[in-house]
Amino acid sequence: MVDQVAVLGVGMHPWGKWGRNFIEYGVKAAEDALKDAGIAWTDVQYLAGGETIRNGYPGFVPGASFAQALGWTGARVSSSYGACASGTQAIEAARTRILAGLCDVALVVGADTTPKGFLAPNKGERGDDPDWLRFRVLGATNTTYFGLYARRRMALGATSEDFAEIKVKNARHGLTNPYARFRKEVKVEDVLSSAMVADPLRLLDICATSDGGAALVLCSMEFARKHTANPVTIAAISTVTPSYPSTIIEMPNFSTDSAAAVPAPVVPFRDSIARAAYEEAGIDPSDVNIAEVYDLSTALELDWYENIGLCETGDAVKLLRDGATKIGGRVPVNPSGGLACFGEAVPAQAIAQVCELTWHLRGQAGERQVQGAKVGITANQGLFGHGSSVIVKR
Amino acid sequence: MKTRVPAVAGWLNIDPAHPRLIGTKCTKCGSIFFPRETVRCRNPKCGHNELADTELSPKGKLWSFTGAEYQPPAPYVPRHDPFQPFAIAAVELEAEKITILGQVVEGVKVADLKIGEEMELVLDTLLEDAETETIVWKWKPVRSAA
Repeated sequence: MVDQVAVLGVGMHPWGKWGRNFIEYGVKAAEDALKDAGIAWTDVQYLAGGETIRNGYPGFVPGASFAQALGWTGARVSSSYGACASGTQAIEAARTRILAGLCDVALVVGADTTPKGFLAPNKGERGDDPDWLRFRVLGATNTTYFGLYARRRMALGATSEDFAEIKVKNARHGLTNPYARFRKEVKVEDVLSSAMVADPLRLLDICATSDGGAALVLCSMEFARKHTANPVTIAAISTVTPSYPSTIIEMPNFSTDSAAAVPAPVVPFRDSIARAAYEEAGIDPSDVNIAEVYDLSTALELDWYENIGLCETGDAVKLLRDGATKIGGRVPVNPSGGLACFGEAVPAQAIAQVCELTWHLRGQAGERQVQGAKVGITANQGLFGHGSSVIVKR
Repeated sequence: MKTRVPAVAGWLNIDPAHPRLIGTKCTKCGSIFFPRETVRCRNPKCGHNELADTELSPKGKLWSFTGAEYQPPAPYVPRHDPFQPFAIAAVELEAEKITILGQVVEGVKVADLKIGEEMELVLDTLLEDAETETIVWKWKPVRSAA
């Protein structure tokens, strides 16, 4: 177990397709988080920004971009990129600085403005960049990889109806979430009749890309106790890489590692992400009563059930069919509505997962409140091998 | 006659009689890499700096597959107008214990494929202009070999 830091404030800008500058979303989220924490921007000693690669230079230096927009104070800043794990990288930068005793209060901000359609690589001929080459040589989009995983999931017994049930569940969860972009009931037939995109995945199985922003105020336990008697705390952050040889194909790669000379690790990459977090927090998956996982596709949510240890390998469909992962079940997953209701705003998403868990642990999640939530876990994964998982407790 | 070039230099042997993916093999621990790794063996307990070219098995088992029903964004260049959906396969090579992606040959649909079936490497045209034909590897089910 490591020392903990407190989540003193959380804030978000609603997800949507607003088409405005990403800094605006980040500032709004930051203002809400500061207000929630009961502190002023001028109290913040460190700002950690999550990068966006689709918004020009300000996106590459979000720490400074957000600090400038909030008003220069001479605070220390950092900017982190880890693809979908960018938010966790920023959270970890802030936590580490607090735990090192270098500051008491930090602000973490991630925000994005996204283009329409498939996420594509940045422009330019880059014959040595696998993320460029996979589009040119294979025509492999992100959904290609989701489709490959979904097919494997079907080989373990899942059906298209099971995938649709994930969408139905998450749509219901997000119905009353004021920050969700899609707030509409979805029926199994809606999913099954939507257009095929990456067989077996259909349009409604796959998450959209969105604009949005999320922010956290993190602080030392000593600082937190001056503001609140019982703060939500961060018990662990996992940012692990795979272990060689990584034998499951990962976006944006052309291949897996070879296990010809060195046997594949007993714990595959995606399982190892949460495992490192549990170890750091000194808890077991059975201690978890709420989770936010990265449902880039409906099928992928089933994979995460097993990856974060909510059930044994092969039992994810049973967990879903038993209703364990819906609000009211044993361990609700994606009570926010997940990416199914949000769409992905890359550098904000991992931060938003922590905002959602914090509201539940404080009992402030309104109609979607998960009763008795004490321990929550987030999980996601950034391209090229950025593991990302956060455990929060109260 | 057009000049034939591989889609990525050094990645494949484009001899029509001997189509092969070319990887590299660590001369110390025997780890195999595709795409080719030339600087340092990525086995963290090895880290040897000498890697030699090695041709990979032309056949393997279908690990998973999916389809591209919509035209991928650039830098993908469509072969047909209007766009024709294609299948993509992840094929596991037994000897090398590595899984490699590739498009499935035209005419084979997602519905025709089955996890675990044998696939073989073939060559096809990725791009073409007045002087050059760019060659890519594709996967083809062995059973449908004509």
